Amino acid sequence: MTRRVVITGLGLVCPVGNTVETAWSDLIAGRSGIDTVQSWCEKKWANECLGVTVGGEVKNFNPEDFVEPKKDVRRMGRFIHFAMAASQEAWLMAGLPDKLSDEDGNRAGCVLGVGMIGMDVFTDNYDALKERGPRRVSAFFIPGTISNLAPAQVAIRRNLRADNWAVVSACAAGTHAIGEAFTKIQSGRSDLMLCGGAESAMHPVAVAGFNSMHALCASKNNDPTRASRPFDKTRDGFVMGEGAGVLVLEELEYAKKRSANIIAEVVGYGSSCDANHITAPAAEGEGAQRAMRQALQSAGLKPSDVVYVNAHGTSTPINDKFETQAIKGVFGEHAYKLKISSTKSMTGHLLGAAGGIEGVFTAMSIKTNMMPPTINLDHPDPDCDLDYIANHARAGEVSVAMSNSFGFGGANAVVIMKKFS
Amino acid sequence: MSQAIEERVRSIIADQLGVAEEQVKPESKFIEDLGADSLDIVELIMAMEEEFETEIPDDEAEKIRNVNDVISFLKNNV
Repeated sequence: MTRRVVITGLGLVCPVGNTVETAWSDLIAGRSGIDTVQSWCEKKWANECLGVTVGGEVKNFNPEDFVEPKKDVRRMGRFIHFAMAASQEAWLMAGLPDKLSDEDGNRAGCVLGVGMIGMDVFTDNYDALKERGPRRVSAFFIPGTISNLAPAQVAIRRNLRADNWAVVSACAAGTHAIGEAFTKIQSGRSDLMLCGGAESAMHPVAVAGFNSMHALCASKNNDPTRASRPFDKTRDGFVMGEGAGVLVLEELEYAKKRSANIIAEVVGYGSSCDANHITAPAAEGEGAQRAMRQALQSAGLKPSDVVYVNAHGTSTPINDKFETQAIKGVFGEHAYKLKISSTKSMTGHLLGAAGGIEGVFTAMSIKTNMMPPTINLDHPDPDCDLDYIANHARAGEVSVAMSNSFGFGGANAVVIMKKFS
Repeated sequence: MSQAIEERVRSIIADQLGVAEEQVKPESKFIEDLGADSLDIVELIMAMEEEFETEIPDDEAEKIRNVNDVISFLKNNV
């Protein structure tokens, strides 16, 4: 008998808002959270400023609100602060006790996608090493930097004693984490899993690295809110963002026993590798097609069952074109009936956390029957001719929704959610 | 002068451990009374080294258990 997996809590911190409610409200209104990053405008690096000065920063965030005891704030990179905040919102929404008992905790885990590391802690300590010597490297350097300390700190806070690790698959990581958590519950290993992603890598060295690859939009420094324009003909690169998105997944009977409010159901998961190139996706999104097909198959659904797709939609020339081709390859004629949008048009690209917040948005589309727009879609591209919900949110019954995330290295992750019945 | 040392030490400890300065008494033990763990103590010693521009060798650091231990070392060595 297959165990069913439902979503009972959502939480996030992201450039468009620090709670699910405020972020969703901004998304539906088509409001961008991308702005000038002031510190990137300074001529601090060999007397130059960065080539890209736009990004999606989390605003008005106080980690002390989410970390107990407060002294532990300094032993966590900013990505861990975000993980704690998003987990707290999701946990409270799910109506779970402050800490699980050991018995319940043994069947509960946390898996979070993290693309990079705690860049802030890493670079501060590297500077300390070079300027003041090895004895000035903090005892918190390692625990504050390494990616698995995000799910670990969440586990410490809530007594989650089952699987605990970070998924590292670049921009696919958050969706992979949701899929893996789904699998753990389906298989009977756990009854409750926190999953999603957390990232804060908006450090100049990362910006410079992405820019050297020509991956970022460097043409809209004077017009930040229009820099991220997925599927638009004039798109020329993604915009970096930071934040965390967390979902509480539970086995259905476990959720019903504690009268949890069910938001949606997770029904499918696909995962594949392009085995093609370190950064560019495979032509026609070949690997992405296999992941989408696998997700549909695992859900027992037909392509025509899907209503809404939260696309990977990074605003790079290649991803958006290949993702469009991949969707057509999988969905055939139904591709033209799908509602597709890239919320990255408003949040920017949160790398390892993208799949986390986009998983939250996908669940919200099912809960609210509202689909967020792709903003800045002003110039139609013949290569991208599907319905991307241009510029204005769309109301409509969302019975089945799919979330796509594709990462450097050719990693592809797809999850499918359904209205619960 | 020695009062200045004590005040600076208590202030740094209060800040690092997130406790009120009044809670930081000379006899307060870092782990049992002030909620520190072993990593906190390493960081505290580093903060003292920075503040007082001195070095606290590892064999001395290992003996530090309470606030007074820090104050005594600094009074004798700074």
